[in-house]
Amino acid sequence: MAEANARPRLEVHDVTKSFGAVAAVQGVSFPLYPGEAHALVGENGAGKSTIVKMLAGVHRPDTGTLRVDGADVDFAGPADAKAAGIAVIYQEPTLFPDLSVAENIAIGNQPLTRLRQIDRKEMTANAERLFRRLGVPLDPSRPARGLSIADQQLVEIAKALSAEARVLIMDEPTAALSAVEVERLFAVVRSLRDEGAAIMFISHRFEEITALCERVTIMRDGKHVATELVADLSVDDMIRRMVGRDLSALFPKQDVEPGEVVLEVDGLSREGVFKDISFSVRAGEIVALAGLVGAGRSEVMQAVFGVDPYDSGTVKVHGRRLKGGSPRAAMAAGMALVPEDRRQQGLVMELSIERNVTLPRARKLARLGLLFGGTEREAAETWTRKLQTKLGRLTDAVGTLSGGNQQKVVLAKWLATGPKLLIVDEPTRGIDVGTKAEVHRLMSSLAADGLAVVMVSSELPEVLGMADRILVLREGRIAAQLTRAEATEESVMYAAMGQEVSV
Amino acid sequence: MTATSLEAPPSKRFSLGGLLKTRELGIVLALTLLVAYTAIDNSRFLSGQSIRDNLLNTAILAVMATGQAIVVITRNIDLSVGSVLGISAFAVATLMSNNQDLPMIVALLAGLAIGAVAGLVNGVLVRYGKVPALVVTLGTLYIYRGITYSWAGGSQVNADELPRHFLTFANDSILGVPWLVLIALVVIAAGSVMMRNYRIGRELYAIGSSPPAAELAGIKVARNLLTAFVLSGALAGLAGVLYAARFGTVDAAAGNGMELNVVAAVVVGGVAVFGGSGSVWGAALGALLLTVIGSALAVLDINQFWQQAIVGALIILAICADRLVAVRIARSLRKRDAHV
Repeated sequence: MAEANARPRLEVHDVTKSFGAVAAVQGVSFPLYPGEAHALVGENGAGKSTIVKMLAGVHRPDTGTLRVDGADVDFAGPADAKAAGIAVIYQEPTLFPDLSVAENIAIGNQPLTRLRQIDRKEMTANAERLFRRLGVPLDPSRPARGLSIADQQLVEIAKALSAEARVLIMDEPTAALSAVEVERLFAVVRSLRDEGAAIMFISHRFEEITALCERVTIMRDGKHVATELVADLSVDDMIRRMVGRDLSALFPKQDVEPGEVVLEVDGLSREGVFKDISFSVRAGEIVALAGLVGAGRSEVMQAVFGVDPYDSGTVKVHGRRLKGGSPRAAMAAGMALVPEDRRQQGLVMELSIERNVTLPRARKLARLGLLFGGTEREAAETWTRKLQTKLGRLTDAVGTLSGGNQQKVVLAKWLATGPKLLIVDEPTRGIDVGTKAEVHRLMSSLAADGLAVVMVSSELPEVLGMADRILVLREGRIAAQLTRAEATEESVMYAAMGQEVSV
Repeated sequence: MTATSLEAPPSKRFSLGGLLKTRELGIVLALTLLVAYTAIDNSRFLSGQSIRDNLLNTAILAVMATGQAIVVITRNIDLSVGSVLGISAFAVATLMSNNQDLPMIVALLAGLAIGAVAGLVNGVLVRYGKVPALVVTLGTLYIYRGITYSWAGGSQVNADELPRHFLTFANDSILGVPWLVLIALVVIAAGSVMMRNYRIGRELYAIGSSPPAAELAGIKVARNLLTAFVLSGALAGLAGVLYAARFGTVDAAAGNGMELNVVAAVVVGGVAVFGGSGSVWGAALGALLLTVIGSALAVLDINQFWQQAIVGALIILAICADRLVAVRIARSLRKRDAHV
């Protein structure tokens, strides 16, 4: 355990990083002490990964400094960060599948013979030595392809050891590990810590943080909230500080008397993705699916819409059973899905705005199989005006619009089909605050007009402000169903993280 | 740390090298069968002259395949090599016909230099223009060829305009090994050692295996990619000099369409088109196999048409074999080391 007055090995000092207009990290400072494990926690999108990437040399801070052993450093690339003794283990391991495990460990730093050739014997021996030290029976000469995630992470740790890293940064290393694998990883990390390495550990699981870490830094919305000793904080305190923000943004939710049941999902399961999901949505209702990234929220709705298959269970729309795996059938039944990734799935960036709006209905608007500009423009104009989309001309490419307006075009595109049920996945991701409120107002008025809305969202304020009911998913199952009255930031987070409500 | 006692059990360790070598072994086997069958039909196929011809014909292709293999291993491709051969052959032939006294080594260096510049252009466009290599080198394929055409303007350099020592170079030999073959062997050996035993080689494999991981690992991706394209270009330039020396008559169409033979040799030789695996000497073996097929079909008096069909079938077979082996390896690897 570190003495409190030791000099930090690595110091993040007042760093800021923006991507375009979005400030991902603003004025964050914290120290990493040798011989200490430091947790970094925050909601999805709080800026943790940006911090990791700055420490790894992938991103450069806009302002502020990083200090290693008290001296300012400026990383031009990952090579510089490595040279400064910082090793990063990403959520997704970054090995070379075609190279042997030993080569993966040694890459960029291979032992050389006198002729400056790679000394394979020494390289393999090194790897064997490291694996013995880590206590894992891996064969250094096998290729990295086919290793389990856990083994890949151990290879990454061996890599860090071989580079004699003094700072080890782990970005959600346990997300894909079983309990046994987590225990083995922690044993290794603890022994590294006791040998004097500074560890930074990112996780959503609080029991892991309390088990492993001495100090914790809490971030919220890209800002630094607190850095404290873990022993001084309860899990409740941590969660409260992570989410504790005022619901200052107004959510113009109109109260609507829910009508008949539009969507009924019963016992929907997909092996390894989600299990036994049942819920229903009424006309005029907004139901939110909340949970951590990877809990299976989007996957459930993709299966309901028929983009992904499911193994068992039923989906009913207006009491009629819907054929699985067919988005066409879902659309015919009156469903519309606004996907999470606008650029990839929602819009054809190069096409004009009007073409994009009318795309799902092109067949209906066509005369004798041909599309004429007139009908297309009319339909596009009606909806873009209703949604107050800011655009130059309807013939401009969609790619030229801002993120918020692109989102409105996606909405227009689906609303123009006259759906009974609208599924929106992360409706306001990457959108500025003003447009966000507009999208919210729009969703609310649509619900008031009798549309049933299912919203997948990672933003708690949005979930709490907009939803009539909240389904919290955790690890592919429904962890809680909360009504608007029951739902608080804490109760949703507790359910999402699998903590008992103890307030 | 508690050093858990464990010995990596040697019995469990299968020889991965052995598995990977099966690819090259397969080519050797195919070659042996082909040669044996053809020799039984016509024993002159194994005569000194026949072997010499085959090796001479392979040499130029093998030099280019070496460069191409290096580029393909990085998950890129260089389609401009045929045109680079053309521009280098024409330039060097012109240079030698105008300066009869220049020594051979100058011709070789000039070819290498011309090719290196052409390769550098490819590399810069791919890396800094962020354009896929397929598109860039398809473009430069036409550009380099166009430059050669407009320069040559329909003229050609004939054998009688070239200095004698330049023309005899192709057939001269030391200890019975023609210079051309010797140069090819040196290129293959150097390429193999570089890719196997030097950091740059392993980094090129790493880049092809996982480009994003290579960036994160702090590998100088830009420098390495430029090196790969410069090498491929320079070797195509060298091949141009060898071409001019061997055939004597050079016009602007020299090496037209050769890039397809080169890519075929590399693929048949077991270099994965998605990068990360394969070897330089495998590619060279691929070049030899393609050349021997051509001459064997001639000896066996089989219609030349079949040659192209057979090459095509071989390419598809090679890729299917790769998939099959990859799936098998993946399965066996998943089973092993599942020790948690």
